[in-house]
Amino acid sequence: MLKFKIDKLNELFDTISAETPLAMPLEKAGEADYGRYEKGAKPALGVLKTVKSPKDLFFPQSETLMKFKTEGKNLAVEAPDENVTPFVLFGVKACDYKAFEVLDRVFLADPVDTYYQSKRNAATIVTLACSKPEESCFCKVFGIDAAAPLGDVTTWMDETYLYWQANTNKGESLTEKVRALAEEGGEDAVAKQQKATREIIDKLPFSHLDLSYFKENGTKEIFDRPEWKELSEACLACGTCTFVCPTCQCFDIREFRSAKNEVIRYRCWDSCMYSDFTQMAGGNNRTTQMQRYRQRFMHKLVYYPENNGGLFSCVGCGRCVNKCPQKLNIVKVAKALGGKKHD
Amino acid sequence: MIKEALIPKIGVVTDIRRDTPDVKTFRVVGTDGKKLFEHLPGQCAMVSVPGVGESMFSITSSPTNEEYMEFSIKKCGCVTEVIHSIDVGQQITVRGPYGRNFPVEEDFKGKDLLFIAGGIGLAPLRSVINYVRHYRNNYGKVVVVYGARSADDLVDIEEIRNEWMNEKNFEVYLTIDRPQEGWNGHVGFVPAYVKEIGLDPHMTAILCGPPIMIKFTLQGLLELGFTKTNVYTTLELRMKCGVGKCGRCNVGSKYVCKDGPVFRMDEIDELPDEY
Amino acid sequence: MNKTEEQIVKRAAELLDNKEVDKVIGWKKGEFCFDPSPAAFTSSDELKDFVYNDFCGANLSKYLVNECKSGGKIAVFLKPCDTYSFNELVKEHRVNKEKVKVIGVECHGKLDIEKIKSKGIAAVTGAEESGGKVAVTSLYGNAELDKNEVLLDKCLTCKGKKFAVADEIIVLNEMEETKNDRFSGVEALEKMSEEERFAFWKAELSKCIRCNACRNVCPACTCNKCVFDNNASGVATKAPADTFEEQMFHIIRAFHVAGRCTDCGECSRVCPQHIPLHLLNRKFIKDINRLYGEFQAGETDEGKNPLIEYRESDAEPSSAVNGEVRHA
Repeated sequence: MLKFKIDKLNELFDTISAETPLAMPLEKAGEADYGRYEKGAKPALGVLKTVKSPKDLFFPQSETLMKFKTEGKNLAVEAPDENVTPFVLFGVKACDYKAFEVLDRVFLADPVDTYYQSKRNAATIVTLACSKPEESCFCKVFGIDAAAPLGDVTTWMDETYLYWQANTNKGESLTEKVRALAEEGGEDAVAKQQKATREIIDKLPFSHLDLSYFKENGTKEIFDRPEWKELSEACLACGTCTFVCPTCQCFDIREFRSAKNEVIRYRCWDSCMYSDFTQMAGGNNRTTQMQRYRQRFMHKLVYYPENNGGLFSCVGCGRCVNKCPQKLNIVKVAKALGGKKHD
Repeated sequence: MIKEALIPKIGVVTDIRRDTPDVKTFRVVGTDGKKLFEHLPGQCAMVSVPGVGESMFSITSSPTNEEYMEFSIKKCGCVTEVIHSIDVGQQITVRGPYGRNFPVEEDFKGKDLLFIAGGIGLAPLRSVINYVRHYRNNYGKVVVVYGARSADDLVDIEEIRNEWMNEKNFEVYLTIDRPQEGWNGHVGFVPAYVKEIGLDPHMTAILCGPPIMIKFTLQGLLELGFTKTNVYTTLELRMKCGVGKCGRCNVGSKYVCKDGPVFRMDEIDELPDEY
Repeated sequence: MNKTEEQIVKRAAELLDNKEVDKVIGWKKGEFCFDPSPAAFTSSDELKDFVYNDFCGANLSKYLVNECKSGGKIAVFLKPCDTYSFNELVKEHRVNKEKVKVIGVECHGKLDIEKIKSKGIAAVTGAEESGGKVAVTSLYGNAELDKNEVLLDKCLTCKGKKFAVADEIIVLNEMEETKNDRFSGVEALEKMSEEERFAFWKAELSKCIRCNACRNVCPACTCNKCVFDNNASGVATKAPADTFEEQMFHIIRAFHVAGRCTDCGECSRVCPQHIPLHLLNRKFIKDINRLYGEFQAGETDEGKNPLIEYRESDAEPSSAVNGEVRHA
């Protein structure tokens, strides 16, 4: 194991970014989000949860799929270059790392989504263990250990050091580039932090959320529960929960004429909370907010697991718990349908 | 260019036929004059004239047609309005084929087949019917019940009159919703007509049309003694990607774009009521 | 249960039991004290989950737009500032006041859990206000914070204790008069150079994730179909086309609610990126006050708002910049 002095971290980031683009949590106008590190940027490694998850790096909120050149009745398609410059994605938390697996099962399933795949393959992922989880966290429910995230490299941070453990070949080669800045050691400090973190996690109010109801009951039974109406009543139909969610992967494909003879077709995140999500010229199969709200949770807790060997499409990051304007969230849904209220 | 499912092929429209006041059939080939890709009966493709977006349409022509593909498209929204405005020679984008086809080889072979369609609902069935006609000896008796709002709204009526009605062991029943001058045929809604005809419940039924027609026709078929495991239909929901990723055409855990659009009625019963 | 909450629940139960109303709109307990959600209650049994505490910041008036579409009489609990939104919705014919009983409830400023957490307190399990201090309990230890430091932004510029409308009120402890210094933020922006101001908004607005929470919560945004959702409009978008495209969305929205915005502050409360959207609205309010005379949207449910009709004597756009005042 290697360790870097905290006051050497900017040097570490400068070294990495001198060779490879580096994406990491940065502070911008008071909020932390993943962004491209440049000299002078403000790393936000102390922030437990970035507003948006790092899924942006592989599945951007908006990305050009192709361009069409139009000339009279003729058309030509221009696809973007599939070569993505290798980059380092630093500071990913255990929950967000697990969310990549959830996304992989969608985007890398046949037929592979090459837009996602090319960025996914280009990344060397450095994870950062959590040391101060909060009340909205419930990653433990999904078997995630926030104190020991996976990735090409795993790091831990305390007041004095960033500890560094390479896990893969990609991780080893990144390590070689920064080894000169590091010292050896840190196992004891890491073990101590892990123990403390795990103890807190065990005490977190949602850590023992029981999701067995969603495994043990059929789709229709859950779908037809009368509670959906009450649960969704306060929903504003905004897209906050879906856009801050690390596993929400629905998208829209739209296009616009960018010049007289050019059309750009792009995709952008979409939200099943929006009223036009299923709107067709000839009708709409979800006309009420209750139906849309139900769809989101059924997808995460029932439909996705049905298609993916029982894996839930939720990693317990708790962003929706924090960010819903009216404080609706998946924990309340899970408890109302399948368990007892927390006291 | 990268090999990517979302990147379409360029097709050329070589013929446009006006079927009804709001349905046109477009014949499409590749820029090399050949068929764009192979498909199976009931499968769909994403079609667009870049600028307004893509929409999913069933491929109306039979897979046995080796020269071209056809799409019968009803004008009902922004995308179809633009498609209706194009002329022969226009290049369009096509990607596919998508979805599960009708089990013409697995389950339909050797069976008597009953096709029931309403309005533009004939489009996806036309590819199956012509496939069955092509391999006529592999299938038993064929009955087609087809209805539309008016005589002018019957799609592909020339092919029906000139070809289908002349096939052996092949019955065609046409109906329109309201009486109309010059129409000597049956008048009435499809579900009622189906009950009048006197059908053998051992046939395999294939339904396509507006949801309300499907609902009442299915009811009628069950009363006649048909079983849900012998009735097939197609679902239609909003789609964007066509490959099970964009997340909007799902009913329960099924994606209409890849697990459908063809479903057996007993499979539909398993789905939550949201289609 | 605090005394005010007790009174509210008692009154709600009476109204439901006596069948004076069919539904009560209030707040429902969450998992903690700081995550109540707006909720409708149709029987007094359901009121066991009713909550009214320091974290009931949500303005309930917009829910009436949908609730009024169904039959029946509704009682709604509104804090003083929320009553302005109610009046404005009545004025715009979005809410039928005949169907609604407005019960004004006392408010001493609502707390912001995100601000509490931003003080470095994680794993919060409880928070209770008393005497200007907030006692916070957490798995990492307890803390005491100044209430003013953790109030919702909208409460820092409180409109005061007046209910613009109320059929009855529940006020047990007299509410404080607040000094409303709501234009200081706008003034600070006005003092900036153009470049500084542009940089400020560029940094703020480029955080926007276009979740539409600000629009959907806004009591002045009640169009059946928003122009940004209408594909036929040609401007419908779901994502920022570039990082600063968002200026258009937010500025157009601010224009659209100008003269009707009561400054309820919900837009800034719900923004997941904490963009100070209320500053855009307040700039309009400040300019309207200067150019057309003092006006508070939602003060009454009658009369005309500024900017809804054209007069030859109207202020020219340039006068907003040059600072002339030409009253209509």
